[in-house]
Parts: sequence; C-alpha cells; structure tokens
Amino acid sequence: MQASIALSPDATQQYLLRIADTCLVLAQRTSEWCGHGPILEEDIALANMALDLIGQARALLAHAGTLGETRYDEDQLAFLRDERDYRNITLVELPRGDFAFTVVRNVLVASFLKAMWARLATESTDAELAAIAAKALKEARYHQQHAADWLLRLADGTPESRCRTESALGALWPYTAELFEADAIDEAARTTGLGPSWGELREPWLADITPLFQAAALSRPAASAFRSTGKHGRHSEHMGFLLAEMQHLQRAYPGGTW
Amino acid sequence: MVSLTATASRIDAAWRVLAGVPDPEVPALSVCDLGIVREVNDDGETLEVVLTPTYSGCPATEAIAADVLQALGAAGLGPARTTLRRAPAWTSDWISEDGRRKLRDYGIVPPGPVGGEQPIHFAANRRAPALACPRCGSARTERLSAFGSTACKALYRCLACREPFEHFKPL
Repeated sequence: MQASIALSPDATQQYLLRIADTCLVLAQRTSEWCGHGPILEEDIALANMALDLIGQARALLAHAGTLGETRYDEDQLAFLRDERDYRNITLVELPRGDFAFTVVRNVLVASFLKAMWARLATESTDAELAAIAAKALKEARYHQQHAADWLLRLADGTPESRCRTESALGALWPYTAELFEADAIDEAARTTGLGPSWGELREPWLADITPLFQAAALSRPAASAFRSTGKHGRHSEHMGFLLAEMQHLQRAYPGGTW
Repeated sequence: MVSLTATASRIDAAWRVLAGVPDPEVPALSVCDLGIVREVNDDGETLEVVLTPTYSGCPATEAIAADVLQALGAAGLGPARTTLRRAPAWTSDWISEDGRRKLRDYGIVPPGPVGGEQPIHFAANRRAPALACPRCGSARTERLSAFGSTACKALYRCLACREPFEHFKPL
C-alpha cells in the first residue's frame, strides 16, 4: 500500500489546492455519469466537461506541487493525499444524485469558477496561475451555459422535473455559503496579489445566477446557519468513499501506469 | 560554432516536418494548421518546439508532444524537446486559412471568428448558429449536441442531405 504524503502548511499552496481540488472532485463526480447519462448527447457533454475540469486540476496541482517545502508532481498530489489534506468545497463531493441535482450543482459551481477564473486571469501576480485561468475561463463559460440551458428546461419542463430541480436547489444551496467565507488563506492571497478573497466573488456570482433563477421561476432558498468546511479539510461522510475509489489504483499498485 | 545559416535552415526544416505532423484527434489538420506550434528555437544543440494546448484537458497533448519529437528525430533534426506554453491561451482564431479549408473538405465546419468576450445568454431552446452543410451546402441544418466526439467540436445534422457533420467550436 502506497504511503500518504503530508503537506506542510503554505498559504499560497493552500489557496491553489482549494481551486484544484474543487475542479478535481467535481470532475470525479461528473465523470460518474459516463455511461449513465439520460441521453447519449448528455453523456458525452458531461464527460467532456469532466475532462476540462481534470485538465484544469492537473495544471493547478502541477503548479501547487512546486510551491511547498517538498516538491510533488500532480499525480502524487491527486492520489496520495489523505482526506484531511483535500481542500475542495464540500458542495462538489456530494454524491451525484439525479440529473437535476447534477445540473443545479453544475450551474452553481460553473458560475462560481467563472467568476474566479475571470479575476485570476486578469489580476493574479502569479503568471502560471493567470495563464491557467485564462484558458479555464473560456471552458467555464461553455460549462455554465450548458448547465443553465438545462436548468431552464428542467424548471419549465414537467411537474416531475420541476419538483426535482427545486428539491436539488434546496439541498445544495446551504453548501454555497462556504464558497464566500473568507479566512487567513484568502487574506494572504489578496495581500500578495495571488488572487481574490473568495468573499469578493459573491456579488459577481449572484449577478450571474439571479437572472437565471428568475427566468426559471426558481426562488433563492433562504440563508441558513449551516456551514460546510471542506476547504479547511473537514469533509462530509461522502469524501472518504470518493477518494477510496479515485485513489485505489495508485495506493494498491504504487506508480502503476496505463 | 554553429553558423546562423545552419541554425536558420535547421529551423526551416523543422517547420516543414511539423507541417506534416497530423493532430491525433483531427488528422485532417497538421499541428501547424491548428496553430498550436508557437515557436521553433535552436540553441545550437537542441531544437525547442513551443506548444500551446487547445483545451486544458485535451487528452492528445502528450501524444502530440511525442509525435513531434518522433517526427523530428526521424528527419534527423534531433535532439529536440517540447515546451508547454499556456499564455496567451490558444484560440480557434489561430487555425490557419489552409487549415480551415482542410477542415471543410474533411466534413467539419470551421469555427467563425471568436471576437471579444460576449455576454452569455441562457435559453431552454437554444438556436444554434446557422451553419451551411459541408457536404451539400444547404443552410437547413440543426445542432444535435453542444459537445461532440471531442471537446473542441459540436454535433450537427443536415436536414437536406440527412448527413451528420461536426462543427469546430470557436473558443
């Protein structure tokens, strides 16, 4: 069994891992639709979007691996970290649910990442991060549009599709608060010019999704006191199962390649 | 001491070789037609080929680098190495005129100009851009899927000749 790697705390690296892990874990969840999509075209679309997210995660992990005391490559970071060292938002690790759940989550996350990439592409003092963001921004725009088109269709579809969409939004919404809670990692990134404090992304995110929710006649669920803590490494009970599946091969057969 | 003339001719020869290296996913195009070869440099010893990936997750990136090195080696131009350059990000505007013609001949409608960043509109029933069928030229076509066999393409069909075709998306 391949031993885990442990990262020493580094604010820049943590900031990058939050984005990288969010992309990687959403890619893992999205790719679970491969072979299970409601229609063939959607199966292909979801697989394509998962591939974009894996590509973004790879680039960010490769970069993050150069920043700590010990250098790690993207595969070591993806496959040999333990759950507590994963920094993705909890929202993306929740099981894929039904198609409405996936669509609503993709709308929420793609809109968030789009706002993030837009800021990083134009403002980051880290040239590699800005370059990754400039490419990813174009991809996130496609992802957002695709998910949003589906949201409108489902919300204005049958009573069943509308019911499932409303239920998904209700279940997912409480997990969005975590996205905009700033902390010391954000403050360090803002000070050094690495990237925006995530709290600053709330306004552009809301400006993006509010007209969409209005068009879909969906009302925004009320705020709650619940706070998920994935980006601090404290995950939901689903994360361990996800990692067990994702990491099994490299853990059981260290260094194995295709 | 390597002469400037020798360096220039080695670089020219490398560009000619690269113009014959097909993209693994759209083999109608060479990597040069696609616009992903940004520079070829010669430090007197090793050739450096600078590549810019099309999509973050393009699974062909490693295959392209391997194909490039293999082709240069086979032409006796090695040793060579490839360098990944992310910025500026690749855009479909970099596909050459020749490449666009080859795409159309291959049955793939080439991308229109990307232009500036447009606001995103959401629509339950999206009217995809009207594209002329690359086989029969009819404008009576419809988009079947925003995502095709690869991330860079969308799937269409022609309502006149009933044939499916692909569209290389503007990015």
